[in-house]
Amino acid sequence: MLKAVLKKAGYTAFVLWGISLGTFALFALAPGDPAEVILQSRHESPDPQQIQALRQELGLNDPWAVRYCSWISAILSGDLGTSWQTGRPVSDTIWERIPATLELAGAAFLVMVLISCTCGGCAAFFRHRIPDHLIQAATIIITAMPAFWLGILLMYSFSLKFSLLPTTGRGTTAHLILPALTLAAGIAMLQASVLRTSLLRIMALDHIRFAAAKGLGRPMIFFRHILPAALVPMVILWGISLGQLAGGAVIVESVFAWPGIGRLTVDAVLARDIPTAQALILVLSFIFVVVSTLVDAVHRKLDPLLGHTL
Amino acid sequence: MKTLSFPPVRLTFGGFLFALAAAAGIFYPWLVPNDPLAADLSLRLMPPNPAYPLGTDQLGRCVFSRILAGTRISLSGAVAASVLSLVLGAAMGVCAALIRGWVRAFFTGLIDMGLALPGLILALVVSGLLGGGFQSLVIGLALANWPWWARLIRGLVSTARQKDYVLAGRTAGLKKTRLLTHYLLPQIQGPVLAAAVLRTGRIILAFSSLTYLGLGPAPPAPEWGRMLQEAGIYMTRAPWLMLAPGLAITLVVGALHLMGQGLDREAP
Repeated sequence: MLKAVLKKAGYTAFVLWGISLGTFALFALAPGDPAEVILQSRHESPDPQQIQALRQELGLNDPWAVRYCSWISAILSGDLGTSWQTGRPVSDTIWERIPATLELAGAAFLVMVLISCTCGGCAAFFRHRIPDHLIQAATIIITAMPAFWLGILLMYSFSLKFSLLPTTGRGTTAHLILPALTLAAGIAMLQASVLRTSLLRIMALDHIRFAAAKGLGRPMIFFRHILPAALVPMVILWGISLGQLAGGAVIVESVFAWPGIGRLTVDAVLARDIPTAQALILVLSFIFVVVSTLVDAVHRKLDPLLGHTL
Repeated sequence: MKTLSFPPVRLTFGGFLFALAAAAGIFYPWLVPNDPLAADLSLRLMPPNPAYPLGTDQLGRCVFSRILAGTRISLSGAVAASVLSLVLGAAMGVCAALIRGWVRAFFTGLIDMGLALPGLILALVVSGLLGGGFQSLVIGLALANWPWWARLIRGLVSTARQKDYVLAGRTAGLKKTRLLTHYLLPQIQGPVLAAAVLRTGRIILAFSSLTYLGLGPAPPAPEWGRMLQEAGIYMTRAPWLMLAPGLAITLVVGALHLMGQGLDREAP
């Protein structure tokens, strides 16, 4: 067991190292001279000497291997670099922005689980009847809608037309409703259809019929025998939805002017603020690799068919 | 067991819708009622009327013509990114499934690294770094999607190679390339085609999301995501502007989803 854990941890570390190399290469190969970009962002018209001086200062004239080593050693000691846009340490900005994104992602996760369980359950129990058809039609439409369009439409109808909820920004729970719903809707409908299939598959199994035959009540059958088995595929879906939520947060935070990591990424990319974008990619992929490894482990524990090896 | 064979409703309906969109993308220069780029500030923010079926935008351009013209940008970009990522991912996936030893470990590691980051963020950063034009968007989306393809095709090929007749072919001493092209790839082409159609729909969504954020072809170009971003600004004065581009995206992506689901059911 310990050996398997260590092996998995070693492999995860290797993947993370590869990602750091890839991130570094991506930004090193990007067209445009960073020194020129920085000087222009300070609203100066740079002359060649200034650019040369700044290149020397930033270490851009060093060989690649040297630059990579100094970059990665700075990151390992906790220094994610300085933003070219604001001149502040990137780690400060990220720490400031993370709570907003966690709040949004957490709320969206709750909404997602709620919608997927309700719709998936309804569709399975009313199979081939009107609620099932309605939910399937809604799934096709909502998964084909771009999230930002759904966001704009919700904002128009709930905030502008009926003034029930605030349009943009962060603060009260009311601010959270529309962004969380926008972020969750598409993913939740896909999950609902998986839950529907999963429930129907379990309900057709022999041991369910046996449980009914021996006189067990319907709620008992559902909560003891059907639900736990049907939720196994959902665990992995909920686990990987973290990545989808983060990707969607980039869009939704921009629509609703939500001050989180996603909005920060967009701003950094559009302003060509390379240290910030680089640090964000690294931090985000670190979180995802760790989380998906954990989700995978939990899933293997829950699904006896996959075996107990890590 | 299939007792009744229904006509493939989803495939037919989705295919019909997508064919309409593709026709609009190809033939729009002959179909548009007005020049999609011609601005006239005296006609700005008009509601729908006979001369301008979907009204005019903030610069007085015909929204209907811009929607038709935008079809070409979205479809060509998404199809290009889809094909590019499929080719890249297929090469990696086949290598990871068939070659043993260090090569497999290398490609497996590469795929896991690629899967580590949410695709949309990778696409955003890559296309932003490359300058944010149409081509950089295609490259960014292709780079973001190949790991997904590589994982799918690695799984499909790994299953396909365990079939008895593949073993028979190997025992008969066939060349590896012939085994791949005549024994393995025909087995996986059905599921791959269905997945490709579905994936192209997802890529159209990602494409319009990125243009909504401000990347993509430069401003006068009629692009659906960009049109929605501009419509959001004039939400109170001209709410009808935000309907058509979103509906266009939803219809095209929905058509691709229906086609993909139909193909998935037809596949053996």
